[in-house]
Order: sequence, then structure tokens, then C-alpha cells
Amino acid sequence: MRVLLLALRRLAASLPTLFVLLVGLFLLLQLAPGDTVDALVAQIGGGDPTMIEELRRYYGLDVSVAVQLGRYVWRLLQLDLGYSAIYGKPVADVILERLPATLLLMGSALSFAFAAGMALGVLAARRVNRWPDTLISTLGLIFYATPSFWFGLMGIVIFAVKLGWLPAGGFEEIGAGYTGFRRVADIAWHLLLPTLTLALIFLATYLRIMRASMLEVMNLDFVRTAKAKGLSPGRVITAHVLRNALLPMVTLIGLQAGTMLGGSVVVESVFALPGLGRLAYEAVVQRDLNTLLGIVFVSALLVIVINFIVDLLYARLDPRIAT
Amino acid sequence: MKTVLSIEGLTVALPPGADRPHALEDVSLALSANEILCVVGESGSGKSMMTGALLGLLPEGVRATAGKILFDGEDLLTLGDAALRKIRGARIGMVFQEPMTALNPLRTIGDQIAEMFRTHTDLVSAEITQRVIDLLRDVHIPHPEEARRAYPHELSGGQRQRAMIAMALALEPRVLIADEPTTALDVTTQAQILKLIRELQQRKGTAVLFITHDFGVVAEIADRVAVMQRGRLVEAGRAEDILKRPQHLYTKALIAAVPPLVPPPPKAVTAEPILRIEHVSKTYRKGGLWSRHRRVTHAVQDANLVLPRGGTLGIVGESGSGKSTLARCIVRLLDPDSGSIHLGGTDLARLSRSAMREQTRRIQMVFQDPFASLNPRRRAGELVAQGPIIHGETPAKALAKAKDMFALVGLDPDATERYPHEFSGGQRQRIGLARALALEPEVLVADEPVSALDVSVQAQVLRLLADLRSRLGLSVVFITHDLRVAAQICDRIAVMKSGVVVEEGRTAEVFGAPRHSYTRALLASVPGRGWTPPERSDVLLAAP
Repeated sequence: MRVLLLALRRLAASLPTLFVLLVGLFLLLQLAPGDTVDALVAQIGGGDPTMIEELRRYYGLDVSVAVQLGRYVWRLLQLDLGYSAIYGKPVADVILERLPATLLLMGSALSFAFAAGMALGVLAARRVNRWPDTLISTLGLIFYATPSFWFGLMGIVIFAVKLGWLPAGGFEEIGAGYTGFRRVADIAWHLLLPTLTLALIFLATYLRIMRASMLEVMNLDFVRTAKAKGLSPGRVITAHVLRNALLPMVTLIGLQAGTMLGGSVVVESVFALPGLGRLAYEAVVQRDLNTLLGIVFVSALLVIVINFIVDLLYARLDPRIAT
Repeated sequence: MKTVLSIEGLTVALPPGADRPHALEDVSLALSANEILCVVGESGSGKSMMTGALLGLLPEGVRATAGKILFDGEDLLTLGDAALRKIRGARIGMVFQEPMTALNPLRTIGDQIAEMFRTHTDLVSAEITQRVIDLLRDVHIPHPEEARRAYPHELSGGQRQRAMIAMALALEPRVLIADEPTTALDVTTQAQILKLIRELQQRKGTAVLFITHDFGVVAEIADRVAVMQRGRLVEAGRAEDILKRPQHLYTKALIAAVPPLVPPPPKAVTAEPILRIEHVSKTYRKGGLWSRHRRVTHAVQDANLVLPRGGTLGIVGESGSGKSTLARCIVRLLDPDSGSIHLGGTDLARLSRSAMREQTRRIQMVFQDPFASLNPRRRAGELVAQGPIIHGETPAKALAKAKDMFALVGLDPDATERYPHEFSGGQRQRIGLARALALEPEVLVADEPVSALDVSVQAQVLRLLADLRSRLGLSVVFITHDLRVAAQICDRIAVMKSGVVVEEGRTAEVFGAPRHSYTRALLASVPGRGWTPPERSDVLLAAP
């Protein structure tokens, strides 16, 4: 009940944000030269003015911007994301086709970045200012400073082209017709490089935050109490330091959810993954306004959901948060 | 009596670059069973380093270089970490100063106490639970069963400290080290905790090493006393002897710096009021639209007080009594909800923000924390000159004035070029005073101005304040929780409890014949109230 109330309140608070976002984007895209019909006609290879007129009327592009916006919002209120002229099917279907790849990529990258960042951060904090710490911190800086597309490209060059260990791109072996476990393994195989590429930069952030947070918590009074109780160093870390140090990390997940979605655009393009990010890029190039707005809508929902989960997690971790 | 723990010739070296080479130098002490030994010293005396050395928990880079710590026939300094861990908690218990931060905020009280049994014994969990409840009952926590499941933030400061004591005594250690266990607590809570420590110590025959800076607490609880100064043990002996007949100069000075609880004879104060506080109320509201989150705190309720011109009005009370809120209302750092504050002929409560800014030169405030209340990025002189500049003085003149002010509060005028971190706590509080006085106010509101200072420094600052008051004809509102300080410096005293002024009157009357039961309770809780320092400490108010 308490959770439900919190969820509703969250949702209510994010609705205005979502609305402003959609309207802003809608208006922004009006500034780009050309529209869906121009893109369509360009694909066909040209057409006569009456047909273009006809198409404009068909897709509802002949009326003023305000009316178009009004129609869009009205449809959205009925949970209808509209129809994609480029793909020739409802936007919801287009997005649903692409969503799993992005979710999988984001989920695995986030989990990996969080787990590895945490582990390395703890290690660095326990050996602070000694060689493991220096090594880990330097690695973190390199990961942080290198653009992810470069990592991706180098990964492809080394592991796919030179060594031939990993596939160079794609979501799965097309036409292989794998099913069941074999298919899962195949997808995992394909996602290995993209996940690493996307995760490294976030790993560096998590690692730095975890290290700093560990060092801070290790100086707190209750850690001294724990030591005075006769706990072993390992127990002090696991029983007292870790959970306290995790609090800022959890906050960071929520903050980075959006950034990660942005990062996946690049990674999906580099590895030719059929995900939301690439879809968004294609939608912009083809002036497919409906699809683009749909993607923004879904991404925003995704970020809101992730933040909601983070809030619940935080309340679970920290009894001082009264909801 | 049987010696349980003895420290012999202990020397602890500080890392190179510290202000002195040794944190402790050649310290020898013996702690017997069934006694409370108080180690007294000011900050920097090395008393906390001693507990660190005892438990093998010295900070990084700090090492014991000579001496022995004998406990049950073993030298703790030669033991490895694994062997020390078996002693920590199980045979030497420890209670720390800050009950707020000394407990893990994310785990329940019961869980943290149970950890002692899980670490050192093989008891099964049902048995542990029962033991935890028994312990919590032993330290007189109300509703032990619920307290066991509570998180630290759900308990009051006193209850948290009780839980800490329960934890430290869980395995019935032979030695209990208590490092300033009551310093962060209110005076009535402090009295209860001291009583509790005494009671448990007598029942279990524990040897207690009690570290404190407060001679009142020493008088309350100590069997024997050891006085530390800059890492050296300067005097040790039975509590009675040291309290009544201190031998060493430093001990004498420390004891002389403790303000007696008996107020000095009242001085003549004009009846003409300079500040009248009438029906002032301030309510804090918390929470949003959802009613069950909403919390209303009546911080100040219908306060009526009068400050005579040239006099000092003390406002005493415990934390949460609303005394600081009232002080902030007087200088309009907070806007009172209702009531009036008449300074001379002006009602400050009714002024607009900009009109109030004009009036700030007439009423100034000194804050409690000399470390946090000065901007670390600006030079001390600039901080003092800032006020006059805002009120239209030219920077050159204001800086010259800052130098005068530095001389006035007993600082080197050339020190205006330095940054706050280059000053000690007492000096910073002098800067705070200079900053307030630079505007030549008629009224000074001092909010716990000496609470964060060591006793000897506290005495100096109080002396300075008394001196300035008479020289400049200042009227002072003096907020404090320390009744000893209030007795010495205030002409009138107002006692606050839960936002209400429960008693107000001349200092001698309030101390001599308290009318309200809460005032009586407060006075009864002052540590060492039965002890009068041997040398009449006129030091406090006499010129240096």
C-alpha cells in the first residue's frame, strides 16, 4: 500500500516533465528542414506535386503545427503512439521490436558496471595509496577518458577481425535458427563486446564513487565501534562499511539511467544492434516524427521506472528514509 | 586492590610533521578492579590516543614506541591483531563520545548488540535475543523489546548511549573504557548516564577508565584521577585529594577554570530595559500535502523576556528547548510567527528585510562553533571588516577598524592577514567576537559562545566577554546549557523547556530558590554540584 502510494506520487510528479519533453521535442523537430513525406519521396526517387499533397493530407501534415501537436497529444492520452510512415506499421510495434535488445544491453552493462565497479572500489579502498589502488584508479581514469565508440571499434578490430574470437556486430546469428539455450548463448556471445564497451565508462564512475564512499565510511565513528567490538577487518567491511557505502552508488544508478540510454545509441550504431538507440537515429534522419516521439516517450518511462526502483531500493537500504 | 590493567612508561610517537613528536610520553597508570579512574585533560592532551593504544586502534602512522600495557599478565603492545581482537569487546569494553554516530545507522540496536555475542561466543540466536533484551533492561531503556528492533535514529541521544553501554558491557568485560561518554548529552541525561555507569560498575565489579575534560564529571564519578597535559601525566591520585588539594600547577589552573555553581554577589543593574521580548512564538512545520508526514514543532511559545541596559540575560535549557530558536528570532535570522521584539523604540519583529538590515548594526550575534562560523576562504581581517563595509564604511577604514577590534579582543592586530584555520579554537571565538563588535552594537546575542572550547580557554573567553561588557556598556543575551557558566556571567536567568520559559528571575534567586520543578531538576543534574573548587575562582571575572 505504501509502495503503491509512493508509485502514484512519483508518476504524478513526472507527468508534467514528460509532457514538456514531448512538446519541446515536437516543436524542435519542426525546425529541421523537411518532413516525413520529403523523406518518403526521396526514397521513392521523386514524385509529382499532387501526390506529395495527397501524402501530406494522408499523414495529417497539411494542417498547422498547433493542430498537429494537439492531435498528437490527444492520441497519446488514449495511449496511441501513432503510425510510422517509414516502417509502415504502428509506432508501438516498431518500438516493441527494438526494445528487448536495448533493455538487454542496458541491463547487462549496468549490472556489470555496478558489480565490477563496486568490487574494484572496495579493493582500491582497502589498499588505499598502495599499488592495487594506484593500478585500479589509473585504469578507471583510462576507462573514463576514452570515448566508448573508440573502445567499441578497437574491440571489433582486435577480437573480431584480428583474433576472430567474437562476432563483429549484430544481435544474433541471422538464419542460424537457434532455439532455447543455444539461442541464449548465441545472443550473449554477440552482446559481450557491446556490453563491455558501454559498461567501461560507467564502471569507472562507479569505481571512483565506491572508493571515495568506502574511504569516507571507514573513517566514521561506528566503524571504530565495530573495531572496538573485536570484529575482524573483513567483518567490519561486510557488516558495517559496505551497506553504508552503497547508498551513494544506488543514487547514481538512477542518475545514470538516462545517460546510459544515450550511450547505447553510439554502441548500437557501432555494433549494428537492432535497438532503440539506432531506431532513434534512423527516425531523425528520416524525419519520422511519430517514431521519434514514441521513443522519447518510452525512454522517459524507462528512466522513471528505473528511478522508482532505485527509490524503493534506497528506502529498503536506509531505514532513516521514511516514505 | 588488584590491578587489572597497568600502563608502564608508554610512549606513543606521532608521524613526522605533527605539532609535537609524541602523543604520549612516558605515561604510567594502574587501573584496579572495581574502581573508576578518570583521565582528565584538554583537547590535545593525548587522552584519546591512550585508549587507541590500549585497544591497538591507533590511527595510521601513529605507533607505540616504548613501554608496556599489561592486562592479565599479557603485554597488549606485543600481541598480534588476531589476539587483540579476542580481547577487544570481550575483555575490554568501549563506550564512545558521540552516541549519534557511534552506532551503525543502518542496523537495529539489537542486531548491533547481538554482534558482540556472535563474534565472541557460540550462543544460539534465541539465547542471544534473550541476552540482548536482558542487557537493554539492565541499562534501563524503556520497552527493551521494542528498542531491540529500533534503529539508532529512532532513539534519543541518552537512549543511544544506554544502548552503547549495554553493548560494551555485553560480555562482562573486566575493563570498560569510556571516552567522554556524556559530553554530547544534555545535563539531565548526563546525570542519568553517570548514575548508570556507577551502578553497573559497582554491580559487576568492572574497572572503568573514564576519559573526560570536565572536572564536574570527575567530582561526580571518580575514585581516582589522572591529569594529562600535552601527552604527559602531570598528576595522579585519589579523587578527593586532587579535587580539594591539587598539587601540580596545571591541575590547579584547570580546577580554577571550572566556574563555581554559586553565583557571585549581584551587581547593580538599571531597571531601564533595552530589549523587550513580548509574546514571541515560533513554530516549525514539516512535511507536505500528506497529513501523516506533517510535523509541527512549537519551538518557542509565548516568550516574554526583558534585557536591562548594560545587563546580561542568560537563557538556559537543554537541546530542543528552543533557546537557539529564540536567539535567532531576536536577531531576525528567523522570523517569529507572532509577538514583538522591542530594541529601544523599534519593534524588530515588524521590520521589513531591508529595514532590519539597517538595524543589524545595533544587535549582533556570536555563534557557538568557532570552526564552522568563519568562512575559511577569507582572511580574518576581511571577515571582521565585512560588517562595517556593508554598513557604508570605506574598505580602508573598515580594515583599520578590524585591527583595532583585534587588539580589543586580545589578538595580534597583524593577524588580520591570516586565514581562520591558522587560529586556535579560542582565538577563532575571539574573531567571532571582534566581528560582532566591529559594528558597535548595543546588544550582543551570544549563542553558546564557549561550549565548544576547552575549560581553560573557556575561562579566558568568558573573562574577555565580561571585560568588554563593562568597558563598552554592552547588553548581552547569553544562551547556554551550562549552568555553571550561567551562574557566573548572567544577571538574570530564564529557564526554557520545550519552547516555554518556565522560570525567569535574578540569577541568585533562580539558583538559590528555584521555583519551577524543571529548574530544580536541572540544578540537581549539574555534575559535581556538591563540590566547590578549592580556590575561589574569581579568575573568571577578574582581569587577566
